[in-house]
Amino acid sequence: MAEKSMREALRMAMDEEMARDKNIILLGEEVAQYNGAYKVSQGLLDKYGPERVIDTPISEEGFTGVGVGAAMAGLRPIVEWMTFNFALMAIDQIYSNASKMRYMSGGQFGVPAVFRGPNGPAEYLAAQHSQALQSIYAHVPGLKVVSPSTPYDAKGMLKSAIRDDNPVIFMEAELMYGWKGEVPDKEYLIPFGEAAVKQKGNDVTLLGFSKPMSVILEAAGELTKEGINAEVIDLRSLRPLDEHSIYASVRKTNRCVIIDEAWPFASVGSHIGWLISKNCFDFLDAPVELVSSEDVPMPYNHTLELAAQPSAEKIIRAARRTLYRE
Amino acid sequence: MALSRKKNKESNKRLSLKLFRTMLLIRRFEERASQMYGIRKIGGFCHLYIGQEAVAAGSITSLDLTKDYVVSAYRDHGQALACGLSPDELMAELFGKKTGCSKGKGGSMHFFSAEKHMLGGNGIVGSQIPVATGVALKLKYKKEPGVVLCFFGDGAIHQGAFHESLNLAKIWDLPIVYICENNQYGMGTDFKRVSSVTELSITSSAYGIAGEQVDGMDVMKVYDAVSRKTATARNDHVPGFLEIKTYRYKGHSMSDPATYRTKEEVAAYKEQDPILLLKVQMIKNREITEEKYKKLDNEIKEICRNAVSFAEGSEEPLVESLYKDIIA
Amino acid sequence: MLALSPTMESGKIAQWSKKEGDPIESGDVLCQVETDKTTMDYESTSEGALLKIIAPEGSEVNVGDNIAIIGEKGEDISELPSETVQPESEKKEIAEPEQATHQKNPQEKSILTAQPAESEGNFPRGVPVSPLARKMAADKGIDLHSVKGSGPRGRIVKKDVEGYSPPQPNLHAPPRGAALRDEIIPVSEKRRVIAQRLSNSFYSAPHYSLSVEVVLETLLSARTRINKSSGEKISLNAFIVKFTAQTLVNHPMVNSSWEYETIHRYGTVDIALAVAQPDGLITPVVHDCETKGIRQIDHDLKELIGKARENRLAPEEYSGGTFTISNLGSMGIREFTAIINPPQAAILAVGEIVKKPLVDENNDLAVHNTMMLTLSCDHRILDGAVSAAFLSDLKKFLEYPIEALL
Repeated sequence: MAEKSMREALRMAMDEEMARDKNIILLGEEVAQYNGAYKVSQGLLDKYGPERVIDTPISEEGFTGVGVGAAMAGLRPIVEWMTFNFALMAIDQIYSNASKMRYMSGGQFGVPAVFRGPNGPAEYLAAQHSQALQSIYAHVPGLKVVSPSTPYDAKGMLKSAIRDDNPVIFMEAELMYGWKGEVPDKEYLIPFGEAAVKQKGNDVTLLGFSKPMSVILEAAGELTKEGINAEVIDLRSLRPLDEHSIYASVRKTNRCVIIDEAWPFASVGSHIGWLISKNCFDFLDAPVELVSSEDVPMPYNHTLELAAQPSAEKIIRAARRTLYRE
Repeated sequence: MALSRKKNKESNKRLSLKLFRTMLLIRRFEERASQMYGIRKIGGFCHLYIGQEAVAAGSITSLDLTKDYVVSAYRDHGQALACGLSPDELMAELFGKKTGCSKGKGGSMHFFSAEKHMLGGNGIVGSQIPVATGVALKLKYKKEPGVVLCFFGDGAIHQGAFHESLNLAKIWDLPIVYICENNQYGMGTDFKRVSSVTELSITSSAYGIAGEQVDGMDVMKVYDAVSRKTATARNDHVPGFLEIKTYRYKGHSMSDPATYRTKEEVAAYKEQDPILLLKVQMIKNREITEEKYKKLDNEIKEICRNAVSFAEGSEEPLVESLYKDIIA
Repeated sequence: MLALSPTMESGKIAQWSKKEGDPIESGDVLCQVETDKTTMDYESTSEGALLKIIAPEGSEVNVGDNIAIIGEKGEDISELPSETVQPESEKKEIAEPEQATHQKNPQEKSILTAQPAESEGNFPRGVPVSPLARKMAADKGIDLHSVKGSGPRGRIVKKDVEGYSPPQPNLHAPPRGAALRDEIIPVSEKRRVIAQRLSNSFYSAPHYSLSVEVVLETLLSARTRINKSSGEKISLNAFIVKFTAQTLVNHPMVNSSWEYETIHRYGTVDIALAVAQPDGLITPVVHDCETKGIRQIDHDLKELIGKARENRLAPEEYSGGTFTISNLGSMGIREFTAIINPPQAAILAVGEIVKKPLVDENNDLAVHNTMMLTLSCDHRILDGAVSAAFLSDLKKFLEYPIEALL
């Protein structure tokens, strides 16, 4: 097995799938000639040509809608958003069309498209360019929403996303593109709705997904030194959500810290908190903790922006609180 | 197969009859829908097409729906009937029944037919324009010989989606014709009050797409203009734009008393009613008689009555269907 | 109200020592509070003036509830929450105003009363409990009133229920001379705690017991000599406590607690002695018996038993035992089995001294002073052989005291 970066893993997924199915096209800003704003699509134009790897103007609503229409008519487009911050320009296409087309048409028209790009805080980008927007997409029925945290998962899940007959919101993270991990060259798929247990433990469940997994694992290591054995779960997929694994873990540990780098109000994390309170009520020995972004726009100053985000320290403290040690 | 207009009496007669029949069906269907709305058989929004029949009939009759596609906005009853969706399934959809064209899940604003290439029925002003553009991208990519007709109102032309889509269609040479049905009122707002240019047909020129204004009360003019634009789009992959001037006799929706316009204005437009105009034309060309018209009208009224019976007699969707067709 | 004992969930205001308007210094006794164990002085932790008494004499107050307001003399306290504890009988319906006029509903007047309030059913009102702890307590039949919460604001959590141990049984002196009549006797807080702890002990710790007969000639004659020479009477209990402590040092497993994932073996020998009280029983503890002499132990015991009879034991004087002895010999009981005082591993039941003919190793028959010792053991910690070794060592020490010094 070879070490691959996240961006390479994503590229491998698109490359393998485009080679397999001619109905797959990639469109977005700077995906073709420039080789991708974050170099995820590097080399795909040379390999598949301008009919399949299509540069768009800066018009998110327009080209996202094009992705929806092309998918309704039989193609399998991958729409790359340069960042999820710009995807807000296209939210109508996702909310009004992609997510609801199958339902409104009584099952006649699906939207087998993938909408992907970097989501979540980066560095020094300030309020408009550093935000985690998963709550918006996970909120509406009709979408699948996934957010892997390793190159291995990224490849297997992007391939699943491309093959899925539903619109898939595929959330990456700018700061993760350079992260490296083992990625086999052989064909493999990772199904949606299956969380990954990253570390077994009996004292407290740490639930998260995407980029925060690194600080979660760091926190888990520190907690071990204090004699607290955390079970670490990477949700990977938000819709569908692997509720079974969440409940099984919380019923074992009786304590849970949810980490979601979005704002806390009406977030994926807060929703999971409710699910746990409803389904694991008699198993809880402490209130469910949520480590989220602070409820503020992202500041530019680096010290402040770090303070606004989930950190290993915040996770450790939350875990201690669930054990009444803080 | 689309009917082509030749200098041939027989085929002209066939085309006239087809257009006439389609417009009359739309008119009678909408009158029946209006009545059913009045007795609360239909709920929610119900945007009637009465007065605009020539636009849907004239443009869609020129298509070959085995290859071509239609994407519409929320005033979509006319387009659906012109595409050949049956009055039964449309009335059932308005009634919210499971035999409706969208299984009772869509209602008035969301008529769909995979078989008839009707891709909605979209309730968000301008939202369908990029979608239609995407359908055209598929035609081009797959090298299929079709064209897309994208309908929207004068209200949608100020949405960013319209401008983004025209730009995309032009840079990618897509087989699509954008049709702005200018019925002169965006809800209750006279389009002249909110448009920097009142000749909407010129807006496309900013994107290098030639626009044209068409009299939408004359179904033959609509048919001709759309045929020209679709031929160019189909054969040369040049997107087209038409502003079709039309008029709706009813309010924006069933709940709109339409107090923003004068009775005289409505009466003046009714003078040039598209069905009346064609009928006069056809009687002059000896393509129809008053007697045949009566017979046809009765037949169509019967079809619409039967559509109501069908809708009435159809079953409600099962509550279990609530969670169906969300995810494949 | 602050908790006055580790197990206190609520207390009854027995008597106010101060009245409204009195100046208060920090440390002044405000009132006497009856807890589940004892009656204690409740000292003020703040100073100023006693502006308002919220909990009248006789009322039950939960830990954490307000009992009075202390502030600056003359301060306006109308905005402060000062819900008075009221007995049910005094509660009145709020009358609906005759008409919906602009005037507000008449406020219910709070009536101070000296009558005790009804107790609050089986759930500790105002005491936070984690859902898991609540379920565990229900499964084990533990009443949460008697569990001490270690979480924030006294929340009862999983480990509190796991580590919960009922107190040891009370062996009442039978009431004398009372005319027989039907009576419904309300269960006191203390009686309820005893009931819960002992039933929990009995059902959660698998009990078994072992008995030995001890010949006390040597010990009794030594005691007689000592008592004669010193002029002060050392109780037999002091000897039994000391020899038991010495035996526990040699068998530390018997001096331990079951804590589910672990066993806590104690580093000191703190022996509790069951003492009867009119309304239950209490177990004063002689701490560090392994380091104290018999005279010191006797001195401690006399002081503790005196306090226990007057209901004046401080919490640290009746908690923290590592082993318990219950002696019913003075009441003519020859032999009995006691229920373990949780979380301890064992309890020693001591019977009366009886003269008996015994056959010695030379097959001679002689009359001896004998005493039955019965050890009840928690089988989760102590296997039969371990307990037997302890008990036979204890017998040896009592019969040949010199060996205890080896």
